[in-house]
Amino acid sequence: MTNREGAPAVAHAVEQHETGAAPPPSRGRGRGPVPVRPRRRVRHGRAVVGFLAPFVVLFAAFYLVPIGYAVVESLYTVTRVGGTFGRATEVFGGFVQYAAVFSNGPFWASIGRVLVFFVISIPLQLGLALVFALLLDSPVLRGARFFRLAFFVPYAVPGVIAAIMWGFLYAPTLSPFTLLTTSFDLLGPDLVIFSIANIVNWIFTGYNMLIIYAALQAIPPELTEAARMDGAGQWRIAWSVKIPMVAPALGLTGVFSIIGTLQLFNEPLVMRSVSSAVGSDYTPNMVVHATANIPNYNLAAAFSVVLALVTCVLSFTFLKIAGRRTLS
Amino acid sequence: MTAPTRTSTRQNPLSVGGATLFMILFAGYFLAPVWWLVVTASKTRAELRASHGLWFSGPFELPGNVADVLGFDGGLFLKWMANSVLYAGVGGAVATLVAAMAGYALAKYVFPGREAVFNVILAGVLVPTTALALPLFLLFSEVDATNTHLAVLLPSCVSPFGVYLARIYAAASVPDELIEAARLDGASEMRTFFAIAVRLMAPALVTVFLFQFVAIWNNFFLPLVMLQDSTLYPITLGLHTWNSQIPHNPDLQLFVIVGALLSIVPLIVAFLFLQRFWRSGLGVGGVK
Repeated sequence: MTNREGAPAVAHAVEQHETGAAPPPSRGRGRGPVPVRPRRRVRHGRAVVGFLAPFVVLFAAFYLVPIGYAVVESLYTVTRVGGTFGRATEVFGGFVQYAAVFSNGPFWASIGRVLVFFVISIPLQLGLALVFALLLDSPVLRGARFFRLAFFVPYAVPGVIAAIMWGFLYAPTLSPFTLLTTSFDLLGPDLVIFSIANIVNWIFTGYNMLIIYAALQAIPPELTEAARMDGAGQWRIAWSVKIPMVAPALGLTGVFSIIGTLQLFNEPLVMRSVSSAVGSDYTPNMVVHATANIPNYNLAAAFSVVLALVTCVLSFTFLKIAGRRTLS
Repeated sequence: MTAPTRTSTRQNPLSVGGATLFMILFAGYFLAPVWWLVVTASKTRAELRASHGLWFSGPFELPGNVADVLGFDGGLFLKWMANSVLYAGVGGAVATLVAAMAGYALAKYVFPGREAVFNVILAGVLVPTTALALPLFLLFSEVDATNTHLAVLLPSCVSPFGVYLARIYAAASVPDELIEAARLDGASEMRTFFAIAVRLMAPALVTVFLFQFVAIWNNFFLPLVMLQDSTLYPITLGLHTWNSQIPHNPDLQLFVIVGALLSIVPLIVAFLFLQRFWRSGLGVGGVK
């Protein structure tokens, strides 16, 4: 799971598009240091280019070009010139790879699996994160500083390391939780999805807690004070004032979780070394990886493109629904 | 907690106790695996299975175990650590500098296409990084550059999220009057940025650096796809290969455990010392 820190940014931008400084009067378009047509020159045009160029070049090289390349690759197919044992050449195949993607059972099964995974892990993860954040923000808790730190510690543990660690804790040989590991086969086909969900929740609950907590801290104190004056208890204040106020932050953590879940890779891959119940096509990204290893780059590229599209569609749908609810 | 009115209201001791107990239980959940790691990494191989996992037993072997791991296979583990520091440190630093410049330009200058540029960068935040790894591999292999440090380092130098954060921070913390004053004093735009803006944005830039550092340190997919030579591996990929070899070489089990502990210590220490930065960073992202 990577890039999870991105989602608040996106939602922030969706909600509040203009974050830039108050614009000085525009002088129209045109670029370059030479004031050939002073009337249409941008103020400090050269400086703007200088500031933006390094990022734009890197972004183009390592984001835009690869995306374009994946799309192009996905439109090609490999055929053998002169029979089965002939030389392999790439020829334009149109949507051949996409047809293969749509009829690929394991790929869609893996998407179904991560959706089930989402249902298992995310409501619990975000629910707990919300409860923790509300408690941190409420006057009833002692030692809030300690808890805030302690709950965030797992975020410093890379997903691969966390999965290795929990893998040991799940296996009966080394686990200190013998009662649990001997009565349940935590690595068996029935429970392994919960075991992986637990790893992911262990890592990210504290992180989401902090996002929600930051939003709680931004609520004007007068608001909760007024509710308290009106005789509302802490439960009532949390339910009627605080939770509606942090709904946008909750929405963001939701989008985050959608992106993260669809990208699930590290944890199940590591679990494969301790659980035979995790196949090489367990999650969509594992399908992509396995396909690239065959190697069938064209099909793998098509998988990547479809997966990115599914991610975008689900994220935007979620943002739309969440946005509407917070507006009304 | 900060408002005096809050502390003056007396809370029901029952809810105070209940809430605290609830949080203590979960603190146990979040910390127990790390505690287990510390305890287990301090044991001898014989004690590993023989004793209970949550408490020390036998001689305190942590220093010896650490020395064994560091010396194993010609110091391979140290190479992995160095690689991770290189990828995350250099990648994070370059990404931060480049993002700071771009964010500053987007916040403080008006030029045609500004919003379009910003929106494209923002869309980059949504692109799953794993979707990029495979095409990046193919592109790097076209120039015969896979299986090199640069294959992992270069793509790590881009942080669209960093640009987004830098733009907000620049807009909020660098006053236009200051820039105008610097211009009147004859400073060039670049000089104004490096001498004035960078200083004002410093706390924010630490946040950007931290996020990117963690993202690269935790990255697994890109090195997995790019690298074949184990001396180029970052720590995550290295430990994963050891972990998957345990069935053939059970001795590696203790090495994996000790190595896992060693690999998370730097990040936890960094997080503890730089708390105020990441907290403010999360605040900017999470608050509407």
